[in-house]
Amino acid sequence: MDFLASIDMSPLFISLKTAIIATVVAFFGGIACARWAMKLKPLSKSILDGILNLPLVLPPTVAGFLLLLLFSLKRPLGIYLWEHYQFKVVLSWPGCVLAATVVAFPLMYRNARAAFEQVDVNYIYAGRTLGLSEWTIFRKVVVPVAGPGIASGTILTFARALGEYGATSMLAGNILGKTRTMAVAIAAEVSAQNYDVAGFWVVVLVAIAFVFIFAINIITMHGISKVQRW
Amino acid sequence: MAISVELHKKFKGFQMDVAFEHEGGSLGILGGSGMGKSMTLKMIAGLVKPDSGKVVVDGRTVYDSAAKIDMPARERHIGYLFQQYALFPNMTVAENIGIAMKKSGDEKKKEIDRLLEQFALQNLGGRMPSELSGGQQQRVALARILASEPQMLLLDEPFSALDSFLKEQLLEDMIRQLSDYAGDVIMVSHSRDEIYQFCDRLLILDQGRVIVSGDTKDIFDEPGYREAARLTGCKNITEARKIFENTIEVPKWHCSLEMDEPVSDDIHAVGIRAHYIEVLTEKPEDMKNVVNAAVENVSELPFEWYCFFRVPNGERIWWKVAKVGEHGAAKYLPAKGDHVYLRMPPQSIILLK
Repeated sequence: MDFLASIDMSPLFISLKTAIIATVVAFFGGIACARWAMKLKPLSKSILDGILNLPLVLPPTVAGFLLLLLFSLKRPLGIYLWEHYQFKVVLSWPGCVLAATVVAFPLMYRNARAAFEQVDVNYIYAGRTLGLSEWTIFRKVVVPVAGPGIASGTILTFARALGEYGATSMLAGNILGKTRTMAVAIAAEVSAQNYDVAGFWVVVLVAIAFVFIFAINIITMHGISKVQRW
Repeated sequence: MAISVELHKKFKGFQMDVAFEHEGGSLGILGGSGMGKSMTLKMIAGLVKPDSGKVVVDGRTVYDSAAKIDMPARERHIGYLFQQYALFPNMTVAENIGIAMKKSGDEKKKEIDRLLEQFALQNLGGRMPSELSGGQQQRVALARILASEPQMLLLDEPFSALDSFLKEQLLEDMIRQLSDYAGDVIMVSHSRDEIYQFCDRLLILDQGRVIVSGDTKDIFDEPGYREAARLTGCKNITEARKIFENTIEVPKWHCSLEMDEPVSDDIHAVGIRAHYIEVLTEKPEDMKNVVNAAVENVSELPFEWYCFFRVPNGERIWWKVAKVGEHGAAKYLPAKGDHVYLRMPPQSIILLK
């Protein structure tokens, strides 16, 4: 118990807070982009797709580098935000959120798009000929029908945001109580030779990740109840 | 109630140029698969945009490429019954029917109940579409469309997703349920039986063009074109040419046929329906309009015989004869190898362009 009491729990709450906000942003942004992609012609769709999926294939440090380039306090956008709004992304909690959002976004977008592509176009046609507005069709038919895919995308996004390290440490740094998330804490504790504290955070992250993967399976199985075992 | 349609659209290796007008009652569109039937309906409904053309429904121009009018589907008030019905799988039957209703509150509930009753779905309002049979799904789809109060109805292969033994009953039901529907109905099908039963008027599509249009029964009697004859179910079609005023030569049947009336010059083919052929086992004295043939194959169906004759060095001819009950068995039961004489009655011969 002494060991647990000795650990500063702030990384857990910073991680959760960051992941929740990043997931909310990626949820709406990803769905909106997926919906947009469905209306595009193949060529423009591929281009949009490529851009939105980049963070998935590049190392997060690349995202961190590009975000630094944009938001550094020595750069125009960073200077502007600081001078006019006293708002800074670098070495601050908003940096955690931004890094996690950018890195986790493709998971939301890809899953939402795949779910939308599975929706029978005749449902949309039927909605139109029945006189329903595009927004009503989207809200009442497309999203519910694509529900399981969107749900699993949301969970994956949350899990990814929760575990984000590379871009976060570059952009937001490692300030205990402000920007030190669980993933950042593991690296910091290991380099300080505190293997048991690092191990504690590893156990917490693994446990959370397992619960989430389990939840995805339950949701998607529920969605496709006719899945056969083979 | 009237509709006038002119549509042009280019596809890969396929050009559609469909034009027709229709006033009152039900119109059938018959055509082989991939000949542009469903596409025609989708363009009328505004689901697919044509390259050019004009669609006017009851005096309302819903599409006109020249005047740059292209009303979105939801404003056209054209009901569309999809092949697989496209019921929203996340809603109950009642919710599906209610979704497009313009009424609200108690009035809406009453109207939903009325439609459920009209379509014999009283106890199914709370079910999900996946829990319904194909026929029930079709009725829900139709009720949902009527709830949206469309000015006309498009039925896209409405019976193709159903078991064949259900079709006839459902067709009867649909004719009854739509009998007090005031708007025009256009039905697309590849089934001549459905079209014949359901539609007063008919047009036949081939290669993206209307090749024949008119009164359904007239077209079945006189299809006029090869493809139209084939689609109306004529099994025996072969090339032919006029040799005398009243006579045509049919090379692949090795015979000439004498008609009761003068034959027009542009006849290139003849057809005869499989059950109109008279089959004789003895060589008749009068060999007029008689084709020599041998029985090549016989196949038995529940209520009739299907028989393929082969003209020596020529084409195959189909013949169909009812089995009739034990008391009045068919006069002649073909056996493989029999030599027969096929008389083609002039009034049953269909001349084709």
